[in-house]
Amino acid sequence: MADIGVEIRVNGRVRRARVEPRLTLVDFLRERCQLTGTHVGCEHGVCGACTVLLTPADAEADADESGREGPHGQAVRSCLVFAVQADGGEVTTIEGIAGRPAQPEAGQLSVVQAAFREHHALQCGFCTPGFVISVTAFLRDQPDPTDAQIRDALSGNLCRCTGYQGILAAVRAAADNLRADNLRADNLRAAGAQDDSRQSTIQPTQETR
Amino acid sequence: MKPASFAYHAPASAKEAVELLAELGDGAKVIAGGQSLIPMLALRLAAFEHLIDLRDVPGVRGISGRGGAVFGGAVFGGAVWIGAGTTQAAIGRSALVAAKVPLLARATPLIGHFQIRNRGTIGGSLAHAEAAAEYPAVALTLDAVIETMSPRGERAIPASEFFTGIWSTALEPDELLTGVVFRVRAGRAGFAIEEFSRRPGDFAVAGAAIAIELDDTNEPSPSNLLDPKSPQNTPNLQDSPEPQDPPKPRDPWDARVSRCAIGLFGLGPTPLRASAVEANLIGSLAGDLTAAARAREIGQAAVAGLDSVPSDLHGPAAYRKRVGAALVATAWLRAIREALGEEAEAANG
Repeated sequence: MADIGVEIRVNGRVRRARVEPRLTLVDFLRERCQLTGTHVGCEHGVCGACTVLLTPADAEADADESGREGPHGQAVRSCLVFAVQADGGEVTTIEGIAGRPAQPEAGQLSVVQAAFREHHALQCGFCTPGFVISVTAFLRDQPDPTDAQIRDALSGNLCRCTGYQGILAAVRAAADNLRADNLRADNLRAAGAQDDSRQSTIQPTQETR
Repeated sequence: MKPASFAYHAPASAKEAVELLAELGDGAKVIAGGQSLIPMLALRLAAFEHLIDLRDVPGVRGISGRGGAVFGGAVFGGAVWIGAGTTQAAIGRSALVAAKVPLLARATPLIGHFQIRNRGTIGGSLAHAEAAAEYPAVALTLDAVIETMSPRGERAIPASEFFTGIWSTALEPDELLTGVVFRVRAGRAGFAIEEFSRRPGDFAVAGAAIAIELDDTNEPSPSNLLDPKSPQNTPNLQDSPEPQDPPKPRDPWDARVSRCAIGLFGLGPTPLRASAVEANLIGSLAGDLTAAARAREIGQAAVAGLDSVPSDLHGPAAYRKRVGAALVATAWLRAIREALGEEAEAANG
């Protein structure tokens, strides 16, 4: 079957390739982009290990009214998306979650990643990229979740060694830390709005996009 | 596993899509979100020579209110149209759906996981026609109308005629599901959906969806069915001559069931309606239907006649029927209490 040219922005960098239509997005990321942080588990949408953030080319502009910085896109199973379907879209993988090279916080773990480390939310680490991506999207959309909401949000990712208690603790801690960070950012922004001269130091840079 | 090879098409219009379907025949399959299709391809339960992606097809996405919609010749006050390519996540976020088609809104979080709902579409769910899935059961319970297009033109198929068997629908091989229309209930109504699965996100072992409408149309509409921002919903849907002097509220226990729908899923080859039980309940005093014992009777009657309940390692048919009866009872109580509203709760209290 005829190969098809695709162009997908992965972690801020445009990747072009000619692919078989049956190539899944996860295989595209691992084999064509050499981004092997995204893991292939079940290959049929059950385990969640391959979860990435995807903004399809046809997505309605997701108006982020909070004005906060953070990964864009919706958490999806990259084994249940063909690379050709993601053509023209934007993907963030686990490699794009920590501070990117051009950012001031380059190399720093994200709040979610740091909480996973702090709370022993991983053991073998196979499922961890999927968990971190899912939790990153979940806490962006639901900054103050109940324990029941956290459990429901985690139900789409399987871990076969930690027993989930550490993961639950990590998500709870990450939610608290993110809310505190956002509050600080909002206060800074409010202060900046009163003083335009300070604006340039407060507005996050867009150069990685 | 990896899916078998296929050729990929991304037509730019619905017309182009159905022409491709007609030209390519049985070897072609439509893909939208792919959350049911891609697992089947990956497990090699299915293989197609051609996949026709709806990603570039305009006009099959979105949620909008429709005033004065026509359903099978009858005109109703309003309806909500949802494009086939609308994701379950978008439906779950929609204030319009939450206000006007509450059963659909309540069913949405039960579908898969949020990562699945970010890709999965309502059209895909209906066309896939999994008997244990939520949206087909909701469409059947709410008497939704499914809109399609083929090279011969457009059709509107009542949900009651749409689901024809295991993973089978009334869609012709060259027919594309383009949208779904849900009628808006303007009077006092109650809705509930219940399902049981071993783990969140699994297909339901059994499930029940209930929609109840009461006949006291002199009553003001319950606020949860009205979206004041919507142009087709004026504050006074009823033909009350003196809006500034509303009729004295009637005793809620006088209300009778004018319409009720009991939808069942996971309990047969398709979603089902307990039509005989529904017919018996219409005209009953709503206040007589709020007791737990009465709800259990309704639940048992709803599953009594089922003769093709699946049996598998998740449960034999007899177990699924018992679960189904219990879920109907639970959902019934929630729906009837919602229909009767706070007045009933006060009367109970």
